[in-house]
Amino acid sequence: MRLVTVAGPPSSGKTSVICKAAEALQSDGVAVGVVKFDCLSSRDQTLYERRGIPARTGLSGNLCPDHFFVSNIEECLKWGKQQKFDLLLSESAGLCNRCAPHIKDVCAICVIDNLSGVETPRKIGPMLKMADIVVITKGDIVSQAEREVFVHRVRQVNSGAIIIHVNGLTGQGGHELGRLLRDANEIDYLQGRLLRFSMPAALCSYCLGQRRIGADFQMGNVKKMELE
Amino acid sequence: MTTSYTDMPLEKLLTEHPHIKDFFSAMGLHDLPHSPTLTGSLDAIDEELMLDVGIERQELLGRFAAYMDGVERLRNPNLTTIDSITVIGGRNKSGELEEFSLELRPGEVTCIVGPTGSGKSRFLADIEWLAQKDSPTGRQVLINGSVPDPTRRYAVEQKLVAQLSQNMNFVMDLSAEDFIRMHAESRMVPNIKEVCTTILNLANSLAGEQFTPETPVTALSGGQSRALMIADVACLSSSPIVLIDEIENAGIDRKRALSLLSGRNKIILMATHDPILALMGQRRLVFKNGGVACVRTTSAAEVANLAMFEEMDARLTSVRHALRSGEEISGEF
Repeated sequence: MRLVTVAGPPSSGKTSVICKAAEALQSDGVAVGVVKFDCLSSRDQTLYERRGIPARTGLSGNLCPDHFFVSNIEECLKWGKQQKFDLLLSESAGLCNRCAPHIKDVCAICVIDNLSGVETPRKIGPMLKMADIVVITKGDIVSQAEREVFVHRVRQVNSGAIIIHVNGLTGQGGHELGRLLRDANEIDYLQGRLLRFSMPAALCSYCLGQRRIGADFQMGNVKKMELE
Repeated sequence: MTTSYTDMPLEKLLTEHPHIKDFFSAMGLHDLPHSPTLTGSLDAIDEELMLDVGIERQELLGRFAAYMDGVERLRNPNLTTIDSITVIGGRNKSGELEEFSLELRPGEVTCIVGPTGSGKSRFLADIEWLAQKDSPTGRQVLINGSVPDPTRRYAVEQKLVAQLSQNMNFVMDLSAEDFIRMHAESRMVPNIKEVCTTILNLANSLAGEQFTPETPVTALSGGQSRALMIADVACLSSSPIVLIDEIENAGIDRKRALSLLSGRNKIILMATHDPILALMGQRRLVFKNGGVACVRTTSAAEVANLAMFEEMDARLTSVRHALRSGEEISGEF
């Protein structure tokens, strides 16, 4: 089974992009499934299922969503294989911009949208810099000049990626993205594979439930701003 | 090729290629450590900082090399000059064959007509994707009469179609001049100041009401925004095809806008149901049921009618002016 990790900032259009690509693949006879990672709640499973795309949801709740993703992706792969999918897509929101969900040798997509502005590409870390395919959405509502500047800025931070425009409303580009995904690597196991980059570090007193503010209550991995 | 950059004195490198500083800044490395060469400087970056910005040191040099290759490609974009784009018909939604083979050439205006959902977007998508009978319509697209190199599909910097859509917004809040400069910088053009002046002058010659270089783009009227984007696409976009989604009949000189684009050797595709615009084209593609139902060349009789429509339009425009200045709409117009 082929596996693809899709990540991107909230509201960048990940679900719409996946729907359009999955529909194009399904009409070519490819069996597609989706695993959606979110924090508190998600109605996207219904959205996928309404389109005839089998889906599962994982909610990270109190945990770092990125860490939750990597602790569960192996089981998701097993589920996908049991369901006999040809292609499984995982969808996870990059909530802290330093998220690093991509896995070595597993096709990695980052979805970002034109509306977020031309400064956005430089604000996003490994999720964008390490992606194989960068999907840019919402191109129809910004000017041609901004579209071109946006592509340039993405190219600056990820010179090797395939950059493709997909319109989540009309579906333009969805078929083309589907074609790309057909060539994603076959992944039989994830045990022992490597993340492309280390995830954001944590483990300080606040990770363990501390609520009080002040130096006396900060332990572990604590970093201070330079204000001078 | 990149070795020459990485071993060049760092200071000289950054002075001669200021965009390299911008590249590292975009990566999150705002201040490169002092060192005689770039390689030395990158070696001296703090490990903690590399973790913060989220890239591995070995990878950074590779990224830099790929970026510089891209810049070089941008600087000589005319490796393949486009003399023609050919679209060979496929099938419509019912699977019926489309019987056409269309050659689009620089300077020509082709109009696209048909109801919503009739397949206009798919047609453009086929061109952008350089479809080789592998899209839902089964159409094939040729460049200069032959099958294009497959890698061209993913060369987003060589995108074939620039779009001037009707519902476009400016997300950035910059002055018109700064906005155009930012675009020119990303296109790596050598004479940025000149290009900016040309574009602003052209835009003002198209717009009904004048604006200054200092006017924020978000404060431009609909007509002024369209004029600015048409001038910008004509001068800065590398895409050989321009798709225009209707040009409103207000605040912009439409005839001049079209001749500016065709004068810059753009292939113009215009989605329009405006009789004057539609007849300004050399031909029209009529869409029905997901396919091209016919290709109609603008006839001599139609050109004669165009003159009549333009006269009617001029009369309506004078009524509009009269309304605006508070006159009574009576008598001859």
